Amino acid sequence: MKFPVPHDVKAATIPGTEGWERMYPYQYQFVTDDPVRNQYEKEMFWFYDGLHYPEPLYPFDTIWDEAWYLALSQYNNRIFMVPPVRGVDHRMINGYVYISPVPVKNPEEIGSRVPHFMERAGHYYKNWDALEAKWKVKMEATIRELEKLEIPRLADMEDISVVTDAIGESKGYHLLKNYDDLINLGIKCWQYHFEFLNLGYAAYVFFLDFVQKLFPSIPAQRVTQMISGIDVIMYQPDEELKKLAKKAIELGVDNAVCFSQEWTQVEEALKKLPKGVEWLTSLNLSREPWFNVSTGTGWFHHDRSWNDAMNIPLNGIQTYIQKVKAGVNIERPMEQVRAERDRITAEYRGLIEKEEDRKQFDELLGCAKTVFPYVENHLFYVEHWFHSVFWNKMREVAAILVEHGIIKDVEDVWLLRRDEIKQALWDVVTAWATGVTPRGTQTWPKEVEWRKGVMQKFKEWNAPPAIGTAPEVIQEPFTIVLWGVTNASLADWAKVAEVKDLASVKEFKGFAGSPGIAEGKARVCKTVEDIRQLQEGEILVAPTTSPSWAPAFAKIKACVTDVGGVMSHAAIVCREYGMPAVVGTGHATKIIQTGMTIRVDGSSGAITVAR
Amino acid sequence: MATASGTGGAAAPRLDPNAAPELCWFEQVRREDVALVGGKCSSLGELISAGVRVPPGFALTTHGYARFMRDAGVSGEIPGMLAGVGDDDLEKLEAASQAIREKIEAHHFAWELEDAIAEYYRKLSVRCMVPAVPVAVRSSATAEDLPGASFAGQQDTYLWIRGVDDVLHHARRCISSLFTARAIAYRLRMGFPHEDVALSVGFQKMANSYTAGVMFTLNPGNGDRSVLAIDANFGFGESVVSGEVTPDHFLVNKITLDILERTICTKEITYTVDAKTQKSVKIETPFERQNVQSLIDDEIVELARMGKVIEKHYGRHMDIEWAVDKDLPAGGNIFILQARPETVWSEKKKAQNETEAKAASAMDFILSSLLAGKKVS
Repeated sequence: MKFPVPHDVKAATIPGTEGWERMYPYQYQFVTDDPVRNQYEKEMFWFYDGLHYPEPLYPFDTIWDEAWYLALSQYNNRIFMVPPVRGVDHRMINGYVYISPVPVKNPEEIGSRVPHFMERAGHYYKNWDALEAKWKVKMEATIRELEKLEIPRLADMEDISVVTDAIGESKGYHLLKNYDDLINLGIKCWQYHFEFLNLGYAAYVFFLDFVQKLFPSIPAQRVTQMISGIDVIMYQPDEELKKLAKKAIELGVDNAVCFSQEWTQVEEALKKLPKGVEWLTSLNLSREPWFNVSTGTGWFHHDRSWNDAMNIPLNGIQTYIQKVKAGVNIERPMEQVRAERDRITAEYRGLIEKEEDRKQFDELLGCAKTVFPYVENHLFYVEHWFHSVFWNKMREVAAILVEHGIIKDVEDVWLLRRDEIKQALWDVVTAWATGVTPRGTQTWPKEVEWRKGVMQKFKEWNAPPAIGTAPEVIQEPFTIVLWGVTNASLADWAKVAEVKDLASVKEFKGFAGSPGIAEGKARVCKTVEDIRQLQEGEILVAPTTSPSWAPAFAKIKACVTDVGGVMSHAAIVCREYGMPAVVGTGHATKIIQTGMTIRVDGSSGAITVAR
Repeated sequence: MATASGTGGAAAPRLDPNAAPELCWFEQVRREDVALVGGKCSSLGELISAGVRVPPGFALTTHGYARFMRDAGVSGEIPGMLAGVGDDDLEKLEAASQAIREKIEAHHFAWELEDAIAEYYRKLSVRCMVPAVPVAVRSSATAEDLPGASFAGQQDTYLWIRGVDDVLHHARRCISSLFTARAIAYRLRMGFPHEDVALSVGFQKMANSYTAGVMFTLNPGNGDRSVLAIDANFGFGESVVSGEVTPDHFLVNKITLDILERTICTKEITYTVDAKTQKSVKIETPFERQNVQSLIDDEIVELARMGKVIEKHYGRHMDIEWAVDKDLPAGGNIFILQARPETVWSEKKKAQNETEAKAASAMDFILSSLLAGKKVS
């Protein structure tokens, strides 16, 4: 497979974006002035991390990329000593992140890492449940600390208590310090994020591998089905909506809950009803922590949580109220899912001819089932709960920058790198202390305007799926699982990419995410806000989905996504609901338009467009 | 509609092999009756007993064969006719084969036997409610179809045979096909005495197939036991079995009955029956049908379900011939024509078993998988 040379891609600068590199950390650049690094970059295989970044990164949002760049790499390479692979290297072109797993090339070194890996990773696998319980404690403590973190305003005169309590520190100092604490908590949270994740993925992906070796034609979704029906907290926010829908009907306030699409109006109406107040109390119980679920993946500042955008959960509650009143069962068919899981597992197991293989199968299946809850649950703690609180804390920081004239709007803050914000805060704090005007009031607003233009141009750019030199094998579990970088997916993506006119594509492929065939009208939803337009029985076409999209699945009859593998949210939810899904198609949201009739074959991964 | 149902019609009792019957119905035999009716016919009897839909028919048993050979005077003469013929002497082999075959084909069955065949044929026609029912006349060899000793294809099959005279004629041709030069050479090489060869002939109602083909209860491409592989083309299965077309190919998940793969090919020829001559003919498939899926999804699933039953009944991987009958309504129109043990992968697996490593702990497996990595290109 041939992919473009990274430096050629980068060299084709989009006119008007010259100098964009300063928006991101310098080590993210593909370089031409350092022959050794340049050669390394050419020889590596870089693929666009579309799963996490369906759009270009704002300078501030790069924080999570840096955080996992560090966390994943350190766990692989310095903590667990994964024998054949070091970390995952990162680069950026036009705001799009490209990643590349770094192999250990020397066989002797690989060999010397083996005993350490066995000891270290073995410790985690052996004590998984106990260590995971510890993890939850650490993680919740981190979130509580974040919630408590104060972002102080700068008063013209400090409070008298500074004097009477002899505090000896100013709010200016606290602002600088607490901003650092905020950032550090974010980085720490990501340290925890990867503590188990790669080991979890390894157990999962190699179970998949083993079963596919026994049954070369088994669809990956059938293997993941063997691990379905395990309760994970990622479903809880959606369960809360169902509970609230039923509660509304029970209290007789369902009409009030449904009377407007605007949460503020609904809330007003409910406050006037005694039973409405009772319902609101139930709602408030659900909101913490469950409504911290992000409306996106949580990776971006604009992924507001349900708490921030109450119209979205309201829409979900309304959908469920209508379903319940129409006599539709809104519960996930867990018993069926489990029964089918057990039947499939037993039948496949029965086809295994050799005793050793059957033992190996049991061993690996057990291991995969052990790691599965973490692989799902960490998302709620980190990307949703922590991030949702974090973004709002950052908005408090931004409000101070607005107040002191560094930026015009709170939402401008994302155009600054986190270290630039620290510099600007120093500018603000020293100027505040001194009683002068910060220098940044003249420089930042202009720079922010320019950066906004650059971001717009970046959004219009099509990031190539992969660049550089494809290796023969990939040994890094994270890369293997999440991006599903397989011969097939890249070849399929490349095929579509070669077609100049996407409007002419009649058939394309993705991963068979959930079995079954469905035909119907497509609804392209680029963001979760768009799911309000979904009509009953449509086929959802989305860049990717996340738990906050859950109510959409109650309306649709199939789902298609651009990015994600058989373990992605869309695939998992569709399997639970028993509806077809094709995931990781690369280009579905570009090829398909709302209203088109499409056919989704979730068993083969084929999408057919009626043109 | 019971016309063509294998289990319908005359409920014949299980045969007593000691009675040395010369003819019998398929449903009277089981797989252990290979010595009596050969692999193919015994297997059809077995299928019927397993509840699989099979076109009805009857067999001339090995006793019937032996009697014919005695009557024809061939039995005694064969050693003489083959004296001095080596397995690599093509010319002599051909000459001897021709002489033996002519002798067989020219000889009539004894009248009692001829009458008996005619009577079975008449009864079959009545059962199928078709006058002079078209049948497939096939040899069913006793040494054939056994895993590891595949004689498949060495004896002939004649399709769309109607009327007693033709039926008798083709029965003789089947018998004579035991003595092709190739078959003689093979036996010579294997040291298998010609006089020990025994043959049965099967007479089976022709499925008037709209579509037909073969099915393996595993993936012949990679030995995957969790799938069934189906090859299909319009018309009789001949075109698929002989490899004259690239058939449509379907892969079905054995556990969930999902169709995993559909490969629709350009199928240029069809075997069908010529309305005037009432013979099987090869025709060019009308252009507009060449790229049409020859087996619809519901039929694929139904067939796969039957494949599962057959595999379960035999407890091993099977190689199955099937047809969809165009005279019958959906739901009762898919027939199994033949089922025999799959040999290729069964053998391969035995060989593999000896070299395979032991089960490792999950940790060891993860390590070795990490080291091996995932192929990209």
